[in-house]
Amino acid sequence: MSTIPHPLALVCELTHRCPLHCVYCSNPRDLAARNSELNTETWTSVFRQAAEIGVLQADFTGGEPLARTDIVELVRAARSAGLYVSLITSGLPLDEAKLDALIVAGLDHFQLSFQSSTEKIAEEISRTKTHSQKLRVLEWLKSRRLGVTLNFVLHRHNLHQMDAMLAIAESSSASRIEFANVQYYGWGFANRDLLLPTRQQLDDFMAKVKSAEERLRGKIRVEYVVSDYYAKYPKPCMGGWGRKVMLIAPNGEALPCHAAKVIPGLRFETAKKKPLREIWAQRAAFKSFRANP
Amino acid sequence: MKPSLDSKPRLAPGCRLGENNSQRVLLMPERALRLNGPSLEIVSRCDGTRTVAQIVGELQKLYAKAEPARVEQDVLGYLGLLNDQRALDFQ
Repeated sequence: MSTIPHPLALVCELTHRCPLHCVYCSNPRDLAARNSELNTETWTSVFRQAAEIGVLQADFTGGEPLARTDIVELVRAARSAGLYVSLITSGLPLDEAKLDALIVAGLDHFQLSFQSSTEKIAEEISRTKTHSQKLRVLEWLKSRRLGVTLNFVLHRHNLHQMDAMLAIAESSSASRIEFANVQYYGWGFANRDLLLPTRQQLDDFMAKVKSAEERLRGKIRVEYVVSDYYAKYPKPCMGGWGRKVMLIAPNGEALPCHAAKVIPGLRFETAKKKPLREIWAQRAAFKSFRANP
Repeated sequence: MKPSLDSKPRLAPGCRLGENNSQRVLLMPERALRLNGPSLEIVSRCDGTRTVAQIVGELQKLYAKAEPARVEQDVLGYLGLLNDQRALDFQ
């Protein structure tokens, strides 16, 4: 009998609410309503259980995790449970006082997402004016001791902006840049025809990203993933289904992958009712596609 | 990158030591490195007060049976690797 791996990361979708309306959002198309969201107490229990089964990192995401009014408490709870806490955010709603409160509560890592290097395209993608706020947040981060990642979501309408994206990162305190292709599920899948880059765009990008990686070595870690649409083979889902990551949806459902719910016939348990340990090890949703090591 | 002997390494912002089920780990953005034996000895000395030369010296004492030049080479190599991962800052 093979042993079941420990999950290493807990992706916490704290809410599906978000001030931005990005056309490539990877949230499911039936968004969870506010009144179905887990409360502070349940999340706190989820963090403790996660640490007990070997999870090292909690990634707070959404929607926009800052839309939770208890976000500072949630950071404190996850950190107290022994987890490394990342906030994956659009940078609003946020001011300096809130940022400091998050840091005091134990936030380890701030990942700021960008829709573009310019206000115009960012606004077209997200239907909100947020770009200048993001640049303000970068200024605030400079004087604070916190891990910073900039995440640029790539698609047909911004792949040509890579130099400007790098310039934003280089003038910030970021130690890491993530160039992430749009994930074509949820809303991204619905809007795929508007977003998929051309092969030529992607080839140009790959050449540039390799030279940036070389040039910035020792200063900024550059990470990128080729979109499955253009890779030779598709990647293992979530680095291996049920091997590394457990995702908790806003209503408490435990999923092996962001998009798992579109798979017909799978049943998902909720962290409100079942212990994480049991869901991870014994429940069909996690076992179904778990390869033997 | 080869770290200079008189610089003082310390963990970069967003990086810290952690532990789970008695396994020490170096936690960093989107990544965690298991630390065992020499790697733990090295990382736990990157506290911003010791120079690279001091860390090398301490490791040479700790692993007295190993060839000192080899220990130095390994320590510098590991510090360089951690720097490329942006886990260390050198002051």
